[in-house]
Amino acid sequence: MAEKSGADILVDTLVEQGVEVIFGYPGGAVLPIYDAIFEHPKIRHILVRHEQAATHAAEGYARATGKPGVVLVTSGPGATNAVTGITDAFMDSIPMVVITGQVPTPLIGSDAFQEADTVGITRHCCKHNYLVKDPAKLGAVMHEAFFIATHGRPGPVVVDIPKDVQVAKGSPSAAPVSSHKSYRPKTSANTAEVDAALDLIAKADAPIFYTGGGIINSGPEASASLRRIAELTGAPVTSTLMGLGAFPATSPQWMGMLGMHGTYEANMAMNRADLVICLGARFDDRVTGRLDAFSPDSTKIHVDIDRSSINKTVAVDLPIVADVGDFLDALCARWEERKLEGRDLSEWWARIKGWRATECLAYPEHDKLIMPQRAIENLFKATRDHNPIITTEVGQHQMWAAQHFHFDDPNKWLTSGGLGTMGYGLPAAIGAQIAFPDALVIDIAGEASIQMNIQELATATQYRLPVKIFILNNEYMGMVRQWQELTYESRYSSSYSDALPDFVKLGEAYGWTGIRIDKPEELDSGIETMINTDGPVIVDCRVAKLANCFPMIPSGAAHTEMLLQADEVSGKMDDEAKALV
Amino acid sequence: MHIKETDPERHVLTVTVDNEAGILARIAGMFTARGYNIESLTVADVTEDHAISRITIVTNGPPHVIEQIIAQLDRLVPVHKVADLTDIGPHVQRELALVKVAGVGEHRIEALRLAEVYRASVVDATTESFIFELTGAPDKIQSFIDLMRQVGLVEVGRTGVVAIVRGKEAS
Repeated sequence: MAEKSGADILVDTLVEQGVEVIFGYPGGAVLPIYDAIFEHPKIRHILVRHEQAATHAAEGYARATGKPGVVLVTSGPGATNAVTGITDAFMDSIPMVVITGQVPTPLIGSDAFQEADTVGITRHCCKHNYLVKDPAKLGAVMHEAFFIATHGRPGPVVVDIPKDVQVAKGSPSAAPVSSHKSYRPKTSANTAEVDAALDLIAKADAPIFYTGGGIINSGPEASASLRRIAELTGAPVTSTLMGLGAFPATSPQWMGMLGMHGTYEANMAMNRADLVICLGARFDDRVTGRLDAFSPDSTKIHVDIDRSSINKTVAVDLPIVADVGDFLDALCARWEERKLEGRDLSEWWARIKGWRATECLAYPEHDKLIMPQRAIENLFKATRDHNPIITTEVGQHQMWAAQHFHFDDPNKWLTSGGLGTMGYGLPAAIGAQIAFPDALVIDIAGEASIQMNIQELATATQYRLPVKIFILNNEYMGMVRQWQELTYESRYSSSYSDALPDFVKLGEAYGWTGIRIDKPEELDSGIETMINTDGPVIVDCRVAKLANCFPMIPSGAAHTEMLLQADEVSGKMDDEAKALV
Repeated sequence: MHIKETDPERHVLTVTVDNEAGILARIAGMFTARGYNIESLTVADVTEDHAISRITIVTNGPPHVIEQIIAQLDRLVPVHKVADLTDIGPHVQRELALVKVAGVGEHRIEALRLAEVYRASVVDATTESFIFELTGAPDKIQSFIDLMRQVGLVEVGRTGVVAIVRGKEAS
């Protein structure tokens, strides 16, 4: 076979992997690769305005499509700027392949211009990484990288390629792989495990499904199987932030999100359940609250593809290492084979009805000010028929969106859960819009978060992406301010968003349509205008400045100690609680 | 408030890995990143083609932490296998130490006598010093070093533990 340059081999493997889009930013150490993709017939390159945004855009693309996102950045600052997004993808199990340029091999270790130890820096924030020193090995490494990123628990894989390796020639002999010599994750549950789970489910009086992002990662079939088993058992379903959309919010069995800003009924049901069936979730601290008070009397089943997620923070009774989709499929099949009957859960549902009567998501209305919850609720009502893709930044607006925007399908809710990265939402929306050019894609943002990757307004303009940004502008880093009210007697240390730009004019400067919504009576018409305007729109929605996000489990508290409204806030906490994140 | 500590257990783990650049940093870094302890770590390639290395790690922690350490090691891509020898059962642990002792007269004679008791061999000698080579379980090495402190210990080099399960089966 004729020899090819490393850059050409790389691009060939991308085509073989079915890659259609790369998000990236050029620089000295990746020029040979950029030349190889110049006017490429199959691979489209999306030029972002900052490498962090390339990684979040790739995450948004991956989360919306289920396909791995691909990033291409240069050495040194290109790679270090990408680190936040790589870490974000690692925490949220997003499949991603990040190609970084590196200084030529003879210069490695010499503190050369734009040199950074990329494999060293990214070693513990990605699933795996490589430094490729031989163009002949590049093809095999790339195929392996895609295999690792998409198999087992998905995650980001970094491939660092020195410039001389991109230029040098080698024999392109690799093909996509379907197995790996040492990485062989267990993906199926055996029948004994499935039956053991069914035995527990069949005799539970107060069961609850606690589902997570693993269901979404497993694919739409997993969501379908979850709906099926929920129907068969009649049990309530709650979800983590990452799992929203796996189970339809319109189902009467839907309990809402659980955890710190979850619903009262979901958290009370977790606390009182006699069986918790955890599917593709990981007992994160935002979910469990105080560990020694977490669901104290329940038997726990935990299904996860990553063995290290099991018994990490909460000890479980039936651990099952498996792909949650495979497991649910087998669970439904065995339920029918064994002709099991759904148990009478009417007593359990009566208790749940009692908790629901709290109406924990209710909020005080105001006739002169737009309540942020109201803004989300109306945005949801106005857009639900469009089946929108929603991205968020991080903070109060994110939690309000999780509470008041409702999803019936997977892959429609893209948010930074594990790492909590402000600045995620706009580039993620760009990535999702690239994948679905005709979809309504809305970044629900805060005025502080949106400024963390505001330069991406230009990316949307360049590629004519009709992304919408809906800013809940309360002139505060709202979640920081809320915690300062709860914990530090309202000493607002550096949480006021001073010197804010005029977002309408800022949007216009980038070629966007800008809309300001000031008063409650303008809310619905403003949202309508946003939906009906072609091209990108930035909405500056001025909301009540001091509204806080409730219900809330304060750090270090139990599920049963939820604060339902602001008047329950004391303003002081002991050191034990202060020390928790 | 004060930071609480929990009672640790000592475990000997063997980790079979691809012999590739950065593997040691990956393993050692995982321990520091997640706050686990390393008492000792040894590594060398063990196959004919030098492609596979065996790492022996002595660590400590409460049982649920040990379980996590094993699971975290196991999910690293270049890791083929993790075995907890402490959990598996009877196994042999050995360590090699080089111990330099300097002195004259009674101390010098006592050092040589103790070395004989411990079956340490003399691998270097001057009129004022010895280097002893000693192989054994870690506690034997430790007690020999403790004795040498009293008769002129100068410096010690230890390899850290290697271990293997007893009987005909592989771990």
